[in-house]
Amino acid sequence: MTDLVPFAVAVPILGSLVAFVAGVLRSKSGWAVAVAASIAQLAVAGVLAAAAFAEPGDRISYVVGGFEVPYGIELVVDGLSATVLLLVAAVSLGVLAYARRAGPRSNPFYAVYLLLVAGLSGMTITGDLFNMYVFLEITGLAAYALVASGDRGRSAVAALKYLLVGTVGASLFLLGIGYAYIGTGTLNMVDLGEKLAESAAVDPTLAQAAFALIVVGLFIKVAVFPLHTWQPDAYAGAPDTVSGLISALVSTVAAYALLRVVYTVFGTGFLDANPVAHAILVGGAVVSIVVGSLLAVSQNEVKRMLAYSSVSQFGLIVAAVAIGNGPALVGAAVHLVGHAVMKGGLFLSAGLVATETGARTVEEFDGLVERSPVGAGAFGVLAVSMVGVPPTVGFAGKWYVALGAVEAGAWSLLAVIVASTLLTLAYFGRLVERMFFREPAPEPAIQRAETANSTENADAVADGGDARGASLGMYATVVAAAVLAVALGFAAFGYGELLQPTIETLLSTT
Amino acid sequence: MIETLAAKDYYVATFLLLGIGTYVMIAAGNLVKKVIGMNIFQTGIFLFFIASAYVDGGNPPLLTTEGPHVSPLPHVLILTAIVVGVALTAVALGMIIRIYAEYGTLNEDTLQEVRRCD
Repeated sequence: MTDLVPFAVAVPILGSLVAFVAGVLRSKSGWAVAVAASIAQLAVAGVLAAAAFAEPGDRISYVVGGFEVPYGIELVVDGLSATVLLLVAAVSLGVLAYARRAGPRSNPFYAVYLLLVAGLSGMTITGDLFNMYVFLEITGLAAYALVASGDRGRSAVAALKYLLVGTVGASLFLLGIGYAYIGTGTLNMVDLGEKLAESAAVDPTLAQAAFALIVVGLFIKVAVFPLHTWQPDAYAGAPDTVSGLISALVSTVAAYALLRVVYTVFGTGFLDANPVAHAILVGGAVVSIVVGSLLAVSQNEVKRMLAYSSVSQFGLIVAAVAIGNGPALVGAAVHLVGHAVMKGGLFLSAGLVATETGARTVEEFDGLVERSPVGAGAFGVLAVSMVGVPPTVGFAGKWYVALGAVEAGAWSLLAVIVASTLLTLAYFGRLVERMFFREPAPEPAIQRAETANSTENADAVADGGDARGASLGMYATVVAAAVLAVALGFAAFGYGELLQPTIETLLSTT
Repeated sequence: MIETLAAKDYYVATFLLLGIGTYVMIAAGNLVKKVIGMNIFQTGIFLFFIASAYVDGGNPPLLTTEGPHVSPLPHVLILTAIVVGVALTAVALGMIIRIYAEYGTLNEDTLQEVRRCD
């Protein structure tokens, strides 16, 4: 069983190489390779997840290259990482169904796509801090390239901005690792956690500096306000397929890394001993929730609005990490999965709507239900779920986080979390109202949108695709996301109980 | 004060490089210069790791040499980080070429004006 662990990273890397080489022999063969690799990846993730949850609280560990634990690179699968790994595999496969028609179709695109999946899987299962940095950079590089894969100049500018800001984030993370390494002489997360807990051995200033640098570095990657500036441009500038994928996974895995580093490496003892460290997390969370929502309300382009919504939702996850008791961390895991499904689905629905009707701004969504019933329906369900209406998964995540806040007695945080629901309603409510209860805009507006859209479609035709119209795969993906958002809401509470032992182990290690 | 700084000259250089890199990334109007700033920033971190691994009178970590030995790990880490840095620079320059092909400028302010007309 443990020998299966490295395959979670190896399979997509191998697929990436095959997709690239196959492109030399036969163009447009990348999609098939990507699907094969993703299915294999999903199978590996499924088996690992089944094994991880078979014995709750247990961890499957594999040390690369036959070294011993504190020296070699350790790969770890426990309940939490298995969840995220399964999420990465499932979402990347789902987005592929959408990408079949929506493109981009070139083989290098799918090679980079699989590289991104490999980086994300690596970040999820690694138990070594420097190894996490390497996977963070692989993820970053692949994400920059994917954002730039749009055919307009806008994509390239957004990608360059993303690259510059993202590199600073990853570099700060590396600098923080440096401080932790100087303080302890080890890079293995569990070992690092044990050595940092022996406060006499480690200079507290080193530990504090390491914490601050690592957390701020990851804040940039998670896109917490005010370090989010790369994110709206990148999400809005990327092709629809790519914004669906990266909005669902990249920040999610970075937030998972934050949770992992804060609790496996530093631990609750460190947070209790350093109120400033705790304050960084709380401050980032509160500002992100409130300002992210306010910025989302003021956006006119739908994809930018969704991007700012992510800023706010990840604020909620950082809040859960800051609260740091059992229910809150279960809530963080549930909301990570839920947000990935909902936000990925929303971006893909927005892409579907744009393909069918050309509507990309809030005004153009007027009366959308008549022009694109499936797109509007899925968008509506996902938006309601994001607001947190029971029984959807958005509700389950927020419920657990709020429960954690109550148990911890963090009343001000609880107020912000409840307010975040209202703020989410503020920006999604107006869209839902426009989609379902307003007359469509008069013809000229739609005409203009269609002409604007036709230039993009002309490029798609040149690329060998159909001029317009959505494929069955696009509908299926979007509808599946909407169904999942509701179905996971029912599954979330059972899952919460399954995850409980893992979270208890995580909290008790230091 | 001066003595402490002089004893830690490598670390002082590290943080000067970090500061210069950040400043160039923010202040330079030219996109290529921003990438150069990013490289300087990363170099500061490389120096930080290497300086931290310095052992006075240390030998290479071979069984045949006498102690004290130098830990090879930071050097290996930085080799990896340098490779990552090269890859990042290549991707960044690739994007800059596309931006130049699309808009015909590398200046940040001009780029903003051109894009506003878009």
